[in-house]
Amino acid sequence: MSRPGASPIPIAMNAIIHPFPPPAEAGTAPREAVVTFAGVEKTFRPRQDAPAVAALQGIDLSVMRGSILGVIGRSGAGKSTLIRLVNGLERPSAGRVTVDGTDITGLSERQLRAVRRRTGMIFQHFNLLSSRTVFDNIALPFEIAGTARAEIARRVDPLIELVGLGDKRNRYPAELSGGQKQRVGIARALATQPTILLSDEATSALDPETTRSILELLATVNRELGLTILLITHELAVVRSVATDVAVMDQGRIVEEGTALSVFSRPRHATTRSFLAGEGGWSLPAFLDGKLLAEPRPGAQAVMRIVFYGPHATDPVLSQLAREHLLDINIISGAVETIGGKPFGTLLVSLPGDARTLRETSAFLGARGLDTEVIGYVP
Amino acid sequence: MSPDLIRLIWQSTLDTLYMVVVAAGFGTIGGMALGIFLATSRKGELLAAPAANLLLGLIVNATRSTPFIILVVAIIPFTRLVAGTSIGTSAAIVPLTVAAIPFIARLIEAAIREVDQGLVEAARAMGASPLQIVRKVLVPEALPGIALAITLAVVSLIGYSAIVGVVGGGGLGDLGIRYGYQRFMPEVMAAVVLVLILLVQGVQTFGDRLALKLNKRLRHA
Repeated sequence: MSRPGASPIPIAMNAIIHPFPPPAEAGTAPREAVVTFAGVEKTFRPRQDAPAVAALQGIDLSVMRGSILGVIGRSGAGKSTLIRLVNGLERPSAGRVTVDGTDITGLSERQLRAVRRRTGMIFQHFNLLSSRTVFDNIALPFEIAGTARAEIARRVDPLIELVGLGDKRNRYPAELSGGQKQRVGIARALATQPTILLSDEATSALDPETTRSILELLATVNRELGLTILLITHELAVVRSVATDVAVMDQGRIVEEGTALSVFSRPRHATTRSFLAGEGGWSLPAFLDGKLLAEPRPGAQAVMRIVFYGPHATDPVLSQLAREHLLDINIISGAVETIGGKPFGTLLVSLPGDARTLRETSAFLGARGLDTEVIGYVP
Repeated sequence: MSPDLIRLIWQSTLDTLYMVVVAAGFGTIGGMALGIFLATSRKGELLAAPAANLLLGLIVNATRSTPFIILVVAIIPFTRLVAGTSIGTSAAIVPLTVAAIPFIARLIEAAIREVDQGLVEAARAMGASPLQIVRKVLVPEALPGIALAITLAVVSLIGYSAIVGVVGGGGLGDLGIRYGYQRFMPEVMAAVVLVLILLVQGVQTFGDRLALKLNKRLRHA
């Protein structure tokens, strides 16, 4: 079996018939929303006599053209409901959802079908028809749209090539691995040249390596075809590796949103922080866990989190700091990632806990564009 | 066994096959439509029509709980209306079909309800209409189950066809009763039972193989 992670996109991509019109010139066009939620509420009634449960409350959110918006939240946070509002699989109880300039809130089921043909969706469990081959699965959206047989045959094969499954054309889903099934799902979702791709936990059933290759494919599709992607997930790694923008959901609300870099470098809400808690530079090592004091004490060491990103992410600021201020800085943990292609890192350090040292350190690092935060003291 | 008896057994086998095949054919057409409707018309479902679903469900249950011998007699006026007569092999097809339709419908309903709802959601997300979902998703995905349902129905119809002897339906069961039992000819009875066993075996084997062939969920390259 070929390793799906090795080459997610066939090299001959430019040689094949492009299934999409070329993307609008990136960077020059003003940011324009493809999907907008305005004051969206959704309540469910589990049973007729049961009280209504609020799944979504006061959602205001825009998905910008050409972006990858990652919505992250725990299960039950309302992510699935949110994504299903975009293609009308769910209808809001209040507020408006606009897709590509069309307010879809008041549309009839028949009118919604036209909207759905302009959106693609991929699923956690792939949802491929077991009775159809790879080719026929990808042909399904064309059949639904009433495309002529000859036209279908012409358009499916480039899609199969696009997702790197040229040798699996006539296989049934049962003969494919999870990653290959999701590739079929992606090809099927791209079939009708959607204006937006909705990804519903598309990698949650996949192992980490396959997840990476599927995310690479999504990033490529976003970059090469200019396709806007709205993805929901409960995995931080997914959002961090591909999302350009992030919204954090908790209990039916969006508690934090912004560019991926700003949300992850300066997490404000407790939910965002809890997602980051497992990450190097955010979590406390076991020997410190539970031992932090909130207040300084004479002679105590301070534990400081330093977040560095952008142009200074790779500067040797800590050694400068140590030299210039004659400080003993002890690195506790740290991690460097890239978010949206930019280096981004967090460090946990301990240093003398007196107020003056901390003030000077913050000033020194702040002047170089780094964020600092004292998270506690150790005796 | 005399050549006459062998000819009689042969003729009865053909009668049985004729009744079963035609009743299964009409039963499949009717049962398919009814089964699809039952599987998709509850509240909140694809072709939601809860009242019609309830009503048809009641009729199906009523038909299925009526013993077949009573059904045969009870619908004689209807049989006469449809077949022009209430006696004979062709007339016997009417009660067989009437019994087969709800039987097949319930089995097909079950097969369709087995289809992963995620597939329905995926098709809806593609902009499929309810009828497109039925035609392109539900029926093809349920096909292995539908094949088994029809197999089961055919086997049951072979059994039922023995009972229509009471209205002159003919066939193997009728032969077994009249010659084997009433005329004390155990060799006829044995032959009839043997042919029936072979028929059922053949139908079941064929149906199982067909269902397996249609089932692409199993890896069998």
